[in-house]
This record gives sequence, structure tokens and C-alpha cells, in this order.
Amino acid sequence: MSILKPDFIKPVGLGAVIFAALAFLPNFVDNYYMSLAISVVSFAVLATAWSMFSGPTRYISLATVVFFGIGAYTVAVLGEHMAFPLVLICAALAGTVIAVLVGFSTLRLAGVYFVIFTFGLTELVRQVVSWYEVNVTREMGRYVFLDITQNDIYWQLLALFAILLLTGFILARSRLGFALRIIGEDETVAKHCGIDVTRVKVALFVLSAVFMTLTGAIMAPRWTYIDPVIAFNPMLSFQVVIMALLGGPRRLLGPLLGVIPLTLLFEVLTASFPNHFSILLGCVFMVIVYLLPGGVIGLYEKYRAPKKRTLSPPDGNNTTPKSEEKAA
Amino acid sequence: MTSQVLLSIDGLHKAFGGLIAVNQMQFDVHEGEILGLLGPNGSGKTTVMNLISGALQANEGKVVISGKDITNLPAHKISHSGIARTFQLVRILPDLDCIENIEAGLAYRNNPLWGDDAQKAALDLLDRIGLAKQAHTPAGDLTYIDQKRLELGRALALQPKLLLLDEWLAGLNPSELQDGITLVRKLKDEGLTIIMVEHVMDAIRSLCDRCVVMNAGAKIADGTPDEVLSDPEVVRAYLGDSHA
Repeated sequence: MSILKPDFIKPVGLGAVIFAALAFLPNFVDNYYMSLAISVVSFAVLATAWSMFSGPTRYISLATVVFFGIGAYTVAVLGEHMAFPLVLICAALAGTVIAVLVGFSTLRLAGVYFVIFTFGLTELVRQVVSWYEVNVTREMGRYVFLDITQNDIYWQLLALFAILLLTGFILARSRLGFALRIIGEDETVAKHCGIDVTRVKVALFVLSAVFMTLTGAIMAPRWTYIDPVIAFNPMLSFQVVIMALLGGPRRLLGPLLGVIPLTLLFEVLTASFPNHFSILLGCVFMVIVYLLPGGVIGLYEKYRAPKKRTLSPPDGNNTTPKSEEKAA
Repeated sequence: MTSQVLLSIDGLHKAFGGLIAVNQMQFDVHEGEILGLLGPNGSGKTTVMNLISGALQANEGKVVISGKDITNLPAHKISHSGIARTFQLVRILPDLDCIENIEAGLAYRNNPLWGDDAQKAALDLLDRIGLAKQAHTPAGDLTYIDQKRLELGRALALQPKLLLLDEWLAGLNPSELQDGITLVRKLKDEGLTIIMVEHVMDAIRSLCDRCVVMNAGAKIADGTPDEVLSDPEVVRAYLGDSHA
């Protein structure tokens, strides 16, 4: 497949123009809106990276914050000792190693066991880091004083998002991406077609984790102070899942449609109801799952091209073994 | 039979807890033949297919194809050693269209095809199985027979040496059955070796060179269709003592 085909150049070119324009945002808006823009872009990276793996495979991962936190901690530990690009590389490596370990040990688990494991993993990593800080470094919490401005963070996140979208775009046209779709449809068939399903799933899990880790690393300087409770806050994993599901995790730009409204909603909720944030978040989650099972993008596709499912087999046998929502 | 042994199964054993599903199975499949695997419901035929294709792991025994031991290899490796299958309950990829369903078989085999080559090969294959017109239809929208055709097409896309058909002719009406039998015979003429689990007697008589009959997990007969179908042991397994 040639890279120079028009169906490749057109969307990539359009994307490049949009991202170039977005890079000038700091010239037009004040600090408050820049901070909001950083939230939007960081959630956009997390939700898109999450969907890259969980969309096609339907494995609901709650480990987003594990990788995010590992990225943030890498910066807290190494930030003052080496150049920032090097720190980012170290963070990506750390995320890769953990993701490979977690991937090979858990991706054989199916459905709800995987969800529970990834949730438990967050707690495990947080406790291990806390234990280390209390018993070895004897200091809970770390300061991150780096010469990185809010605008720098914004540009880095924007670049990361652009790379992520390009990766996703290429992936969707690659054999690896196709393998993941087949696995999502029917894992048994995938195996019998000659796909090494464990390797494909781990590869995608790692790829998605690297982007999450880098997001954490880029966001760390914004906090100045981090401790395990801040860095490994499980709420983040849930927020990412909600955003991706609202947008529609099975299309590259789907999650973005969930990220924008929900980041704004979270902003309003935290400002107006700081003490009831979790309760309201739970309600939002339920409403989305009930009203928009296919996400915003599913709604759009439903009204744009009504799918016809009227042909039923002659003998009334219309049970195709479709692996509906493995996580259900 | 003078031709070479393609697949050889020896001492194959599989138990699910206390239930012995396959008990010391032993048979050979020769190159170019169609072997029928028969037996009453629950006699372990599909389990044998699953053990050969790697969907299940055997407790004991050996599966050897062209001299290569493939016992208990993961399914994708078994597929790479030249075995493709269809499933008893038809398994297509419902949200993908027919071309993509075939491409699934083309893209990960030993000499994989991708991009324009895969598309061209997929269209050729769809033409061969009579689905050229439905190329862009989601597989989930196809009729039952067409889903079965598509599943066969995906198996053929893997360019297997040995094809496992698990009740591929079940549930078809008389004219569809004739089409199905013609299609399978054409595959045999092209040199493919086939193991078919089947209950449809017309198909067994007209297609199978040899049959292995199972009952309660064990082999009870092995021979030409006429031989095994008149074997008193086989009649007893299907109809009970009073008919034997």
C-alpha cells in the first residue's frame, strides 16, 4: 500500500493544517482558557490511546492512570537530572516495560476479570510506590520544579496528539490494525486465520500505554507537587473510559467527540459541586451507557446511513456468534 | 490406498473433568482423500476436530501432519502448518464485509497478501464460491448458506493442505445441498484433502472415500462408507441393540 495515495495525503494534510493552526492558540486566549485547552488535549490523547486498544478488542481497561502516573513519577524522579526529552524517553521505556509485563500476564483474561485486574493494578502500583517512598526514600511526595511553561505543555501535548492520530490512521490501514479488528469480532476465528492473538493484543496494549505514559510525563510539571495519591488517582481511568464511550471508541476521531463536551462538563462540575463530583460522574456514566450505547459517533452513523438488517436466513437461523461486549 | 499419509493421529485422548470426550483415537488421512468422521451426537467428533485445529489441547496422543508434530501447538501455528477449518456453528466476522472476511484468511497465512493483491485475490475467491455480488455486504447480513460459503472461502484463503469441515452441509435445503456437494467435490478434484464431520447420508455416500465412525469418544469402525454403514457395531451405536 503506497503512502503517496490521495486517500492518505488528503486527511493527513488536512490534519497537519488544523494542528498547525491550533499551535497558535496561546496567542489568542488567556491563561484560564489555556489551562482548559491543556485539559482537553490531555484527555484527548488519553481517550484516543485508550480506544486504540479497547475499541476494537472491547477489553475495558482501567489501567490508564497506572501508565499516566508512571509517566508523572518518572519526571518527578529524573526531571532535575537530565534534559527533558531524555526524561520523556525514559518515561516511554518505563511505560513499555510495565505494559509488556501487564499485557502478557493479563490479556489471557477475558471480560470482567480483565476489568477488575486493571483496576486492582492501579491500587497495587500506588501502594508499591507509597511503600518505596516511605521505606526507602523516607519522603512522601515530590516536587517538580522544571523550567516548563504552560504553553510548552500545551505544545508538547498537541504534538503528542498529532503523532497519536497519525499512528492510529496508519494502524487502521495496516495488517496489525486489521488483526485487531478480527480479534474484536471473533478471537477464535482470528487464531484459526493464523493470527498470534496474544502478541497482537500485547503490541497494541503497549502502544496505547506508551502514549498514556507520555501524557503523564508531559503533564507532571504542571502540578509542581505530586504524591502517589495524586499521580495514581483511579478517577482518571474512569473519566477516560466515559469520554471514549461517549464519543465512540471504534473510530479514530470518535473519542474526541466525547472528550470535548465532558471536559467542559467536568470543569463546571468541579467548580460548582466540588464535593459531589464522584456522584455526578457516576450518573453521567449511566446516562451515557443507557442513551448512547454506540457513542456520539454511533448516533451520527445511525442517522446518516441506516443499516439494513432485514435479510434473515431462510430457515430462521439468524444466530451469528457475535461476541457482543466481551466485558458485559 | 497407495497415496501418502498426510495427517496421522495416534492415541489422542481428551477428558473434560470426568467425561472422556475422545478416547485413544487413532486414524490416518491420506493425501487427496475425503475422510468422513461419523458418529451419533456427543460421540466426540467435534472435539477431535478441535484437537486437530488447536482450539483445544489434548491430554495425551499425537497429531502429525506431513511428518511434523503439531500436537498442542497454538491454533495460529497449526493454521500455518496447513490446516484450515470451518465451525459447526458458522463463525463469520459479522461487522466486516465479505471481502474483508476473505482478507482475514489471506493476510496472516504463510505467504501473506495485503493491500491491492489481497483485494484482488479476495474477489477471485468470492467469485469461486459464488459470492462475487455480495463483496461489499457486511457478512452478518448474508443468508445462512452464504455465511457458510463465506466461512469456507476464508478457510480456502489460507491455502490449506488439509481442510476440516464441521457439519458444513447441515441445515441446507435440498438444492443448496446439491450445490454444496458439488463445491466440496470440486475442492477434492483440485487436490485438497478433507476431513468432514457430517450427518447428511447423501453427502457421505457421494463424497467420502473412507469413513471413521466414533461412539462415546472411541473409534468403532474404519472403512469405505458402505462397509462402515453396514457394520453391526455402527448400527448399534446409532439405533440401539434391537436393530443390530
